[in-house]
Amino acid sequence: MTPVEPSACVAPPPDLPVRPAAELHGVGVRYGAVWALQNVTATFPRGASGLLGANGAGKSTMIKALLGLVVPDRGAMTVLGASVGDAPVVARARVGYMPEVDAHIPGMNAVSCVAYCAELAGLPRADAMQRAHEVLYYVGLGDARYRMVDTYSTGMRQRIKLAQALVHDPDLLLLDEPTNGMDPKGRSDMLELIRDISHRKELDLIVASHLLPDVDYTCDHVVVLDRGRVAAQGPIAGLKAHGRRVFELRVKGDPDASGRFIETLRSAGTECHMTDDAMRVFMPEALSTRMLFELASQQGLQIRHLRPSVPTLEDVFADAIGGE
Amino acid sequence: MPIHDQGYRRYGGDRRPRRIWWVIARTGIGARIGERRCLALLLLAWAPFAVRAVQIYIGTNFSQAAFLGPTAETFREFLLQQQLFVLFVTIYVGAGLIANDRRAHALQVYLSKPLTRLDYVAGKLVILLVFLTAITWIPAVLLVLLQVMFSGSTAFVRDNLFLLPAITAFCAVQALVSAFAMLALSSLSRSQRFAAVLYAGVVLATRNVLESVAAGAFRVPTPSISAPAFLTVAALIAVSMSILWRQVRSVDVVT
Repeated sequence: MTPVEPSACVAPPPDLPVRPAAELHGVGVRYGAVWALQNVTATFPRGASGLLGANGAGKSTMIKALLGLVVPDRGAMTVLGASVGDAPVVARARVGYMPEVDAHIPGMNAVSCVAYCAELAGLPRADAMQRAHEVLYYVGLGDARYRMVDTYSTGMRQRIKLAQALVHDPDLLLLDEPTNGMDPKGRSDMLELIRDISHRKELDLIVASHLLPDVDYTCDHVVVLDRGRVAAQGPIAGLKAHGRRVFELRVKGDPDASGRFIETLRSAGTECHMTDDAMRVFMPEALSTRMLFELASQQGLQIRHLRPSVPTLEDVFADAIGGE
Repeated sequence: MPIHDQGYRRYGGDRRPRRIWWVIARTGIGARIGERRCLALLLLAWAPFAVRAVQIYIGTNFSQAAFLGPTAETFREFLLQQQLFVLFVTIYVGAGLIANDRRAHALQVYLSKPLTRLDYVAGKLVILLVFLTAITWIPAVLLVLLQVMFSGSTAFVRDNLFLLPAITAFCAVQALVSAFAMLALSSLSRSQRFAAVLYAGVVLATRNVLESVAAGAFRVPTPSISAPAFLTVAALIAVSMSILWRQVRSVDVVT
């Protein structure tokens, strides 16, 4: 087996345009009478992209459609420049997939399981075994690689799912809820691994998650899905900036008045949504903070806390799906 | 240094995404052969072969026991006797082939690789076919060869030219129908026990069909009509293929 430096296999020649990792054009996927994806047009550029959405938003369906496992009722998709509809097997040869559910080949130890997955992806037997050992060390399962996968804990199973997705050295990794069911330490390790893969090993990846901090930490670009539609997409930094100031606000007074206050703020041209213990108010540059005090006073409320804040991915998400 | 810094490298070697079905078959066969219970079952399934070999030896070498000499009927009986072992081996090897994968959600792993549903089913099918051939066609053909060796003449084979094609045809039909039916039932459930019970039920219900096929293949005069039996076999295989096509997918769609 010939190891290759990352730059040798990823960087395109300077005169060629950089193709996106994946593109969807007007994709619709229907399960019976329910449209899981509706007219989705999205671009996942090279690098690390997040696919954000609440449960049932269509994230897993989109991932499976990109793999060719779900055939769209309409629209077209490309993965690394290859049409998924025309040649799904060709597309899958360059893609690694980490499923959301606990999935493994039964009745095998970890190294056999991962080597088998490499062989299924076309690697020769000897190379597959060598890659399996390397990848299991990489994901932190080196010491447990001869244990039966059926005896693994949830965290270890997440890692072996990542290992089987990585073992054939894909150009694009699709990770569906990669930190599902992991304890805080395991989650932190997994996020470090994902960040390492995308930022130091130069693999493209798409992380589908409903956990905003996970996407914020690992990705540079995001597509927000809401009930099967694209609610927002773009570079995370750009979406966060958005040309507005953000303030964190706490008020004291009648809860009904608080509701009316939020409505008043929205009608005054700001965007506003509640977090656990405070309001986050997005104000256009033209509006001043004095207006906040005036509107609160009109509703009989006192502003007890007003602090400039930094836009977060949570703000982008809440903004995209309607402030809820 | 975190342990995960120790080793991910890009792969620059060869990729041959061809004959993936053989990777699946080879791995499945190897896993079963590594099990002592499977080896014991295979050994037991070869016991009738040993008995028949002794019968052929005695029948061809001792004139007093010429009545033990083989006829075409001997081979038909041998293959019908093997049906019991075909049932056991099919259940032991085949019941979990897809059911276990469904239980572990392994289909999502398989089908995310550069292989098709056809590759997957073909791989699983070959596992069963290899084991079934190993306890039917191979011992039956070996018995024919033993007859030639013990008698020192090919007269028996020349007199029964239809024998080898009949053995091959019957074993092929038996292996195909058993393998397809078992795989289809295995794909219907996440429990291999459930699949095994279903298969045993199907075998009981269609017991006469293979006997009729054997009678047709070995030219035995019988009141049974082979044509409906062959049609039944064809229908069983078609239904099994249809079930497999519906069930072997990475996404369970509830509509």
